[in-house]
Amino acid sequence: MYHTKTLAELSSMLAAGKVSSVELTQSFIDRIKQHDSDLNSFITVTEEQALAQAKLADEKIQSGTAGPLTGIPFAHKDIFCTQDVKTSCGSKMLDNFIAPYNATVVEKMADAGMVMLGKTNMDEFAMGSSNETSYYGPVRNPWNTNAVPGGSSGGSAASVAARLTPAATGTDTGGSIRQPASLCGITGLKPTYGRVSRYGMIAFASSLDQGGPMAQTAEDCALLLNAMAGFDRRDSTSLELDVPDYTADLSKAIKGLKIGLPKEYFGEGLDAGVAEVVNQAIQQYKAMGAEIIDISLPNTHLAVPVYYVVAPAECSSNLSRFDGVRFGYRCEAPRDLEDLYKRSRGEGFGTEVKRRIMVGTYALSAGYYDAYYLKAQQLRRMISEDFSKAFEQVDVIMGPSSPGTAFNIGEKTNDPVSMYLSDIYTIAVNLAGLPGISVPAGFSNNMPVGLQIIANSFDESRLLNIAHQYQLATDWHKQIPKAFA
Amino acid sequence: MEWESVIGLEIHAQLATKSKIFSSASTAYGAEPNTQACAVDLGLPGVLPVVNQEAIRMAAKFGLATGSNVSKHSVFARKNYFYPDLPKGYQISQFELPIVEKGKMEIELEDGSKRIIGITRAHLEEDAGKSLHEDFHGMTGIDLNRAGTPLLEIVSEPDIRSAKEAVAYMKKIHSLVQYLEICDGNMAEGSFRCDANVSVRLKGQEEFGTRAEIKNINSFRFVERAINYEIERQIDVIESGGEVIQETRLYDADKDETRSMRSKEEANDYRYFPDPDLLPVILDDAYIESVRNTLPELPKEKHQRFVSEYHLTDYDAGILTSSRELADYFETVAKQLAGDAKLVANWVIGDLSARVNKEDISIRQSPVTAKMLAGMLKRIEDNTISGKIAKDVFNAMWSGEGDADTVIENKGLKQITDSSAIESMIDDIIASNPQQVEQYRSGKDKLFGFFVGQAMKISKGKANPAQVNEILKQKLNG
Repeated sequence: MYHTKTLAELSSMLAAGKVSSVELTQSFIDRIKQHDSDLNSFITVTEEQALAQAKLADEKIQSGTAGPLTGIPFAHKDIFCTQDVKTSCGSKMLDNFIAPYNATVVEKMADAGMVMLGKTNMDEFAMGSSNETSYYGPVRNPWNTNAVPGGSSGGSAASVAARLTPAATGTDTGGSIRQPASLCGITGLKPTYGRVSRYGMIAFASSLDQGGPMAQTAEDCALLLNAMAGFDRRDSTSLELDVPDYTADLSKAIKGLKIGLPKEYFGEGLDAGVAEVVNQAIQQYKAMGAEIIDISLPNTHLAVPVYYVVAPAECSSNLSRFDGVRFGYRCEAPRDLEDLYKRSRGEGFGTEVKRRIMVGTYALSAGYYDAYYLKAQQLRRMISEDFSKAFEQVDVIMGPSSPGTAFNIGEKTNDPVSMYLSDIYTIAVNLAGLPGISVPAGFSNNMPVGLQIIANSFDESRLLNIAHQYQLATDWHKQIPKAFA
Repeated sequence: MEWESVIGLEIHAQLATKSKIFSSASTAYGAEPNTQACAVDLGLPGVLPVVNQEAIRMAAKFGLATGSNVSKHSVFARKNYFYPDLPKGYQISQFELPIVEKGKMEIELEDGSKRIIGITRAHLEEDAGKSLHEDFHGMTGIDLNRAGTPLLEIVSEPDIRSAKEAVAYMKKIHSLVQYLEICDGNMAEGSFRCDANVSVRLKGQEEFGTRAEIKNINSFRFVERAINYEIERQIDVIESGGEVIQETRLYDADKDETRSMRSKEEANDYRYFPDPDLLPVILDDAYIESVRNTLPELPKEKHQRFVSEYHLTDYDAGILTSSRELADYFETVAKQLAGDAKLVANWVIGDLSARVNKEDISIRQSPVTAKMLAGMLKRIEDNTISGKIAKDVFNAMWSGEGDADTVIENKGLKQITDSSAIESMIDDIIASNPQQVEQYRSGKDKLFGFFVGQAMKISKGKANPAQVNEILKQKLNG
């Protein structure tokens, strides 16, 4: 069966002619048709286009012009604009929106010959940690369909975990790749801010948003990042740096690696079962020759409050363009301009999005700007400096990706603050612009637990190497939920 | 009571870049609605702005030309408000850290006195689109061709004390941006427009009065009228016991009055914050120097050079350098002539400017090019035609009858300089007007003009006037 294979294995099989891209694509489409009604992980399935792309990929493979990703099926989070295909961002506001252009990431993956199966479900405008804010309904966790998959890239995480696709793209503003990867038991990488172009990726909080790969293994993520990363002149914040081959360092030994454990990531609020799994993973690294060093990131407690000023402030402005004038949802029979604005936005946006627009508008208002937005920016620098100091001492930082395992659908919807705290270990990484990865490290009460590894800027190669070495020694990443085996 | 007005101007100069400030769409004027608006200009989901380096360079040029501080670190900020022709729901502008700060501009008043007007700042921003209220049956059409067009907003200090000073300042800036080739200055197309902040106070009073802002004035004449109207209105309000309120007003040119648009209380809270999609604009010394090296000769320097190099009067040099195209035209002509540049100045300031103004075209559009005018003036210099005949030649050239030599040839306007021919003509005149000759000789000097007139009439204006004068004098006095 193809679905149990990693992307890297499928790549070899395609190259060796053991399977065609069309066969592979059809098999995953069949799995989506068979299983996705249990998960709701896809908003759109693009069967016809996928088979057409697969056919072209097969021609490339036969003519010897294929790369390692040619013919590999995958899915895009529905936040990436895809030409002629609905791009909803999980919102009623964009339920009717068909993008007239491709995001840079979409272009790059198509250029690599990859085959898009469809667009995955997500929290509305990527605002959420449980995938419950989607206009298209919640996504279910393949390990327990009463539980959330995490968010906002919940559809991508669930579909990879259930092996409905070998890989998917995600975006991470405060943990939206790493937290669902952790809750669904897959590998998810958030690259350094600016590594992957944001052009065509619908903005939530521009200074934090970053696209990245989600797959079964670190090796798969490395292959995907090779295609996704790179300078884009259409994104002024993208980094004008060469892209290394992220697979080149995967097999390097990690003996002597200095791992920092911030005491703030193991304190109050961390589930005991999760703590145990993470500690075991760290023991594994120790056994592999790593040195464990206790460190402190003293401003960690500021990360959530800072984030919930900066991100809503930016989103309040980024989402102003959804006004019912040029595209997207427009209310029925507006009486006048104000009515058009109020009802289009009032009816088109969901509760969480409206809450954040309100918070952000408030934080930027005259008289409050200094106390909130400006203050948050100052604290953001302090959080960033915590990491800089830590990286003078250690190579990477490890801890849990999320304080708990997947919670039940509906459990936290009426308690936004408790929901926000599920990103407590991931948010600081976005504020500092650093790369981070979540790797499956075991189970607590039969639900997956992710280990988060954080590196210094541009050190994705090291992160992938460290994660890969762990995956050579463990088989947590190979576990498949029974219902989808 | 004696009142003093306090005025500050915010001038919006559209920068003459080929593409928009944050996208690659064309900025050309007059295209079909929405044909020059790309995904970025439409504010589609997911698009990002990328700053046009040419707009940065132009702003830096303006800064250097006004002795301003060109900031090495400036920041684009979002100005948030909802309006249908503002696609993103915010305008990208600069707020706390503009690219140009603290400059000045010298203006000259009608009485010849000079004043310095401070320039607080100049910042880059994008223009909005246009809302079209006609032709849509109660609905509004949106044209986003203009959305994203680069603007330089030039903010003056409240140093201006009268409508006339405001106009003088605006004209100076208008001339400068054209000298720098950063703005086409076309006011009819909205490439150069201004907002005026106006307040009044008692003479001698130190603190400013409450100001009103008059929005979007697009001609020099309207600036003067709108400000004068507003000054009168505010004085009336105060003198009749009222209070000026801080508000935004619109000037209605048809009624020649300003009207309230919105008060301070209704004003938007723009929620400015640095645009996270754009990096700060960082300029280093080498860049600023490289821009400085591209600065053209500025009006003041050109003025001084015209006085010293072409021996023009201060007044003539001032007029000729008031716009770059006029100055360039003059100099192109002057360089082709051997003699006195005063002749060139007279023609350019006189007949040419009069004609250009009358037809409401720019010098650049003049059918008589600098080369053609030079060709004609050469024929004055070498006595082929007289100054009087030249006016006919000029008119013929203007109507498209060819260059000066062609016109002179075709119309037979060549001056008669053959002394013997002129002598025999004058002999005839004297012989046929004995009465006038006698009166002249008995002391009626004024009749000299009569004889000149006869000579010109008979020669159809072609006799060389100097020779006619000389020979007439000899014969009549002899």
